[in-house]
Amino acid sequence: MAVTDMNAAGLRRDERLERLRLFGLASPALLLVLVILVIPVGWLFYVSFIGADGSFSLENYERMIKRKSYARIFWTTFQVSLLTTGLCVLIGYPLAYFMSQLPRKLANLCMITVLLPFWTSLLVRTYAWLVLLQKNGLVNNWAISLGLWDEPLKLVHNLNGTLIGMVHIMLPFLILPTYGAMTAIDRDYLKAASNLGASPRRAFWTVFLPLSTPGLFAGALMVFILCLGFFVTPAVLGGGKVILVSMKIVSNIELFVNWGAASALGVVLMVLTVTVLWVASRFLNLDRMTGGGH
Amino acid sequence: MSSQVTQEALPITVRNVTKTYGRVHALDDVSLDVKSGEFLTLLGPSGSGKTTLLMVLAGFTRPDQGSLKFGDREMIRTPPHLRDVGMVFQNYALFPHMTVAGNVAYPLKLRRTPKAEIAERVERALETVQLGGYGERRIDQLSGGQRQRVALARSIVFEPRILLMDEPLSALDKKLRDRMQIELRHLHEKLGMTTVYVTHDQREALTMSDRIAVVNHGRIMQLADPQSLYEQPENKFVADFIGDSTFLPVHREGSSIVAGGTDLTVTRPVPEAEKHLLMLRPERVRLLTGPAPEGVNAFEATVTDLVYQGESYLLYARLRDGTEIAVRGAIRSETFAELPKPGATAQLGLDAADTVLIADTEG
Repeated sequence: MAVTDMNAAGLRRDERLERLRLFGLASPALLLVLVILVIPVGWLFYVSFIGADGSFSLENYERMIKRKSYARIFWTTFQVSLLTTGLCVLIGYPLAYFMSQLPRKLANLCMITVLLPFWTSLLVRTYAWLVLLQKNGLVNNWAISLGLWDEPLKLVHNLNGTLIGMVHIMLPFLILPTYGAMTAIDRDYLKAASNLGASPRRAFWTVFLPLSTPGLFAGALMVFILCLGFFVTPAVLGGGKVILVSMKIVSNIELFVNWGAASALGVVLMVLTVTVLWVASRFLNLDRMTGGGH
Repeated sequence: MSSQVTQEALPITVRNVTKTYGRVHALDDVSLDVKSGEFLTLLGPSGSGKTTLLMVLAGFTRPDQGSLKFGDREMIRTPPHLRDVGMVFQNYALFPHMTVAGNVAYPLKLRRTPKAEIAERVERALETVQLGGYGERRIDQLSGGQRQRVALARSIVFEPRILLMDEPLSALDKKLRDRMQIELRHLHEKLGMTTVYVTHDQREALTMSDRIAVVNHGRIMQLADPQSLYEQPENKFVADFIGDSTFLPVHREGSSIVAGGTDLTVTRPVPEAEKHLLMLRPERVRLLTGPAPEGVNAFEATVTDLVYQGESYLLYARLRDGTEIAVRGAIRSETFAELPKPGATAQLGLDAADTVLIADTEG
């Protein structure tokens, strides 16, 4: 009895201490999250329930329900986000597939070019698109001189421009997790499929695509959620024609100095985003997507 | 179960297949005949080319030149999905997004087999590998041995006439491996497919094969049945790779053959060569207690080490010319204590029938 109990209390204390030390390492980050996330979001909630006269009120939310324009803005935001995500999938998946089939060195080089835009300011990239896409911009001039179309097309300050810009900015977010999932697929799976009688095309549809979808979904989800709150690019390239929630928040503050209305929009946008994440996690294994699985 | 054999097995004919990677000859002008229904093992160290040869058979590696026939059909340019050979991969390569039944049904679905027939054949294949009723399991719910069986079921369910296996047992623990070796052997007898099996494990090769092709540096060093391979290896590489052995240089003094200071009695055929080596297998050498009987070659030696290994002992002894050789013997309850201790002199005997001379050539 005495032998088995030997040092038991001391060993337990050591274990507790170890855990405490680990917690200590995490505390700066926890403090940071508290200060820059929890407190401001709490404050946002609080402000959204303050009316114009400074007292507690639901008027900010009532306005959203009463005015049709708000519903339209949310609907537009949803549509633009979905379209951007869809286009990113259509462009990004084949590109990621192409890269995953290249030799390692070449694939890394391609990856650098995919990530290159990250090293340029978002604003610069957005205005670059404005220059390229405007009425007498590079794209229109070249297309006309090549005879692709006769009149300058309206490529910017409308939905076209918004989508082109957003897809360009968002593409890396889709490609990264998709490419990651693809390179993790053991080549032997494809060999096995082929050995069992699958043509390269069949092997792709029955083995490669299903095994790469977790990465694709992770990327698509990230793009969609980032799009929901995107401001700079759609604001510049949409030219006021495509109003998203984020723009409405800005105009509420800058034009009308109505912090309550802006906060209420922010809260609704956040709730929507969390809902999307929650629904997605019900259908998909988020653990797998973030690499926690396997 | 013999109803599973609906097609006859096919012979495989490999002719002058060469594959180079840069300057390395992965396969160096390899020719090989695998008989119809035979269990042939490609045995060799890693990097010997045995896996490359298997991949050429499966169609995953494109050789530089050569011919490959299944039966009468030339296959060398046929893509893998049209070759109709079963293959068990080293890591099993079971599709993680499908159930056990989904995996086994996969080759049948590709062949547009009717649904009812698929279900029946999948269950039958799973029963063949003793996994009846496991169809709905996910792959990650299976143990290593069960995965191995699923991989096997998937590779035989479409009744290929040729079955290829790439070190299928290497990931299993020893006990399971031993049992699976016997099971695979039985399965082969039952299904009768021409089987090409790759392994680096000589005991596995000896246990399972009808014939073994020992591969090294992209060439087949010897092709023979297990017993011939072990008893009468054709060259030093094979003698060294299969079984433990020590080699004694042999010189001729007039008409007699001398090794380790002993004038040898040789009854086996001596291969044509300039120089020879005497191959000594530890279990074929024994300790002599009295004078050497007729037909036994005796060597005088000093014991350097004696190791207890449970079912047997291993005794190391130095011959008069300085070569160290090993002697292995079974241990019964009384024997170990009576064995000579390090430092003692001992008489070692080798039956003339076990006195094997091999050609001393490099490679």
